[in-house]
Amino acid sequence: MTQYIIRRILYAFPILLGVNILTFVLFFVVNSPDDMARLQLGQKHVTQQAIDNWKHQHGYDLPLLWDGHASAEEKLTHTIFFQKSAGLFVFNFGVSDSGRNIGADIQERALPSLALALPTLAIGLVVNICLALMMVLFRSSYLEQAGMVLCVLLMSVSSLFYIIGGQFFAGKLLKLVPISGYDDGFAAFKFLVLPIAIGVFSGIGSGVRWYRTLFLEEVGKDYVRTARAKGLTETAALFRHVLPNAMIPILTGVVVVLPSLFMGSLIMESFFSIPGLGSYTIDAINSQDFAIVRAMVFLGSVLYVLGLLLTDISYTLVDPRVRLS
Amino acid sequence: MVYAPNRQFPDPMNPPILSIEHLSVTFNHGQTVVDDISFAVYPGETFALVGESGSGKSITALSVLRLLPPNAQINAQAINLQDRNLAQLPEMELCKIRGRRIAYIFQDPMSALNPVMTIGQQIAETVNLHFSLPAQALQQRVLELLQQVEIPNPQQRVNDFPHQLSGGQRQRVMIAMALAGRPDLLIADEPTTSLDVTIQAQILALLKNIQQQTGMALWLISHDLALVSSVADRVAVMQQGQIVETGVTEVFFSQPKHPYTRKLLNALPSITHVKTSAGTTAPPLLQVKDFCCYYPIRKGLFQRVVDHVKAVDGVSFELHAGKTLALVGESGCGKTTLGKSLLNLLPHNSGQVFMDGVALHELSGEALRKQRAAMQMVFQDPFAAMNPRMLIGDIIAEGITALYPEVTGQERKNRARQLLQQVGLPEESASRYPHEFSGGQRQRICIARALAVNPRLIVCDEPTSALDVSVQAQIIGLLKTLQREQGVSYLFITHDLAVVAEIADDVAVMYKGKIIEHGSAKQVLAQPQQAYTKKLLSAVPVLRAA
Repeated sequence: MTQYIIRRILYAFPILLGVNILTFVLFFVVNSPDDMARLQLGQKHVTQQAIDNWKHQHGYDLPLLWDGHASAEEKLTHTIFFQKSAGLFVFNFGVSDSGRNIGADIQERALPSLALALPTLAIGLVVNICLALMMVLFRSSYLEQAGMVLCVLLMSVSSLFYIIGGQFFAGKLLKLVPISGYDDGFAAFKFLVLPIAIGVFSGIGSGVRWYRTLFLEEVGKDYVRTARAKGLTETAALFRHVLPNAMIPILTGVVVVLPSLFMGSLIMESFFSIPGLGSYTIDAINSQDFAIVRAMVFLGSVLYVLGLLLTDISYTLVDPRVRLS
Repeated sequence: MVYAPNRQFPDPMNPPILSIEHLSVTFNHGQTVVDDISFAVYPGETFALVGESGSGKSITALSVLRLLPPNAQINAQAINLQDRNLAQLPEMELCKIRGRRIAYIFQDPMSALNPVMTIGQQIAETVNLHFSLPAQALQQRVLELLQQVEIPNPQQRVNDFPHQLSGGQRQRVMIAMALAGRPDLLIADEPTTSLDVTIQAQILALLKNIQQQTGMALWLISHDLALVSSVADRVAVMQQGQIVETGVTEVFFSQPKHPYTRKLLNALPSITHVKTSAGTTAPPLLQVKDFCCYYPIRKGLFQRVVDHVKAVDGVSFELHAGKTLALVGESGCGKTTLGKSLLNLLPHNSGQVFMDGVALHELSGEALRKQRAAMQMVFQDPFAAMNPRMLIGDIIAEGITALYPEVTGQERKNRARQLLQQVGLPEESASRYPHEFSGGQRQRICIARALAVNPRLIVCDEPTSALDVSVQAQIIGLLKTLQREQGVSYLFITHDLAVVAEIADDVAVMYKGKIIEHGSAKQVLAQPQQAYTKKLLSAVPVLRAA
């Protein structure tokens, strides 16, 4: 087990190196520093002088990978790759194009993101599982059919509609909660209630359908028949036998997204003006701040690799048949 | 395998423990699977319900306690468990009968046990459900049950998960779970079908032994007439949802009345009817020398190979043209690995294979592909061995297209039709899909596919074990006819010694990757030399009254 984890962490290095090189190519080769400067300065009436100035200010006037003119070790370090990309490996995100410290920004904005994403996930999980179990308990009845139709209806409506509709009803008409904004500490609660509720609600359609499929697959298995032959009631068989087995795919599906929760939700945070990492990324994209986008892409891949590792470990915890080696 | 006759006969003074009156089961409001059957099981007896797959025997057993899926409709005048009519009992009352008065054992213990609960928890659940015991006594009772089913070291095993046990041990756990409620009737649905023949004998002996200790009635469901003849007191035969014949075992097997029963009995391969074959001096078609297949065991941080599982370990044999060599052994002995790696479908580690003088082990790429025309394979499960989205004609012709590209489309079509006729299927089958055929028909198609490229050798990997007895007899007949007409050789991989007797000229017994006994069928089956071969042979159920 320990050996397996060590090996997986070793695997992560080449993967992250690949991610790093790929983002480097995307951000500096496909989209050259000249283009970046032009976007920053505005498309029209830009002199080459202004572009060079901007590049020099932001350190984009260096060679990409190899500086033939520099001395000894500076041949490698005096490059865009080393100064802008390599630092990501030690989570040194550097300074954004607008001059902010990205590392400090991320630290500050991770908490609001988590405060929104974690409850949405946890509450959504409980609600979806309960509803799915209920549908399985009443399977092949009109209740289930009605539930399925409802799920499809919920799925068919865009989540943007739920957001705007929720803000209109709960925020504007009923004045239960503020329409958007954020506050520090516990005062954040009243700002978070609506986005969390909407997040949970918009996930019900697809979530319940997916969990119902998982439960139904387990219900048809032989060991459930054994459980009923033992004398267990339908409900007892469902809770004692089906649920633990169906939890294997459910839990592992949840664990893989756990680390990514830090990254926040792009849409929710933007609509509700929550100063999390999701809105941070959106803002960076809007203002063409590629230093931030680069940092977020790399951070996202690190967290995803971590998520996959956690998933494998969680398999061993919930499924006795799986042994990692 | 013959048990001491301890026959119990239905005693009119002794009322039945379970009597079923006019039971019918239909699925989806139309398809009738069980059609108005009535019978009774008496206290302490072993009652066997036999029939081929799809005859409705499992459905009958499951309908007694309403364990069928929701799309089944059960209609019964009465299902009487002594004085209680189960057919009219509400679900909650039925839960108190399930596991307590009537218990079940199912065919595949791996899927019938919950994979994420320890066996101790699963047994304790049944005990707890019907007799509320304090924790200490509960644990004691679980250990007692594991002891009763002869699980070694129950103290340690109790915390194991099902996947940590062998197939036989899993079935013992299932039995322990069934015994936990101290039932009056145990319904065993094909309890030994997924087990090796030696394990099968042990499980049956255990069931009979427990039956004698507890005096419970045993309702055995099986497709295996030989097995039934050695354990049952009374037998009933089911065909297409109806019981066509019922009788006391001795009478049933010595004077079968119904034509279907006679057909089943005739189809039964018998280990005592060994095929005799003349020797040959011609050079062998297939020559295998010191053949080895190892699977690496990887360990450590960098997954270095530390050891090997020796699936096939230094096997040598010869097979002559037009002859059949049966490769016999229990599951896991390496016989399928050997068959597949001989045809280069799996890699091998060392050894030489000569096919008609051509060194197969040295071939690769295009040369090997060309050589495939001479050697084909028929797999165990005809359901899984065909692409469900291809037409039968295309399935059969695919090999011709690949190996004989010069053959024109029309010729291919004709050849496919001719092959279908040869294996006893109508020509029109060519334009149908695999799912439209029964298991036996599908295996015929697989044989036609193998024959399509004019092979000299066909490796048959358990070609009949997924099939019913009467279908099995037909397929073996077909294989024999084809051999007579075309001179194909078969490497016949099987665990079923009775089938071996029907078809094999030579027999090789495999055990743990090695061939431990090799000789003519007559010699190996009649005068086995090795203890393992003797054990295998003695475990084979034999028709008692035949």
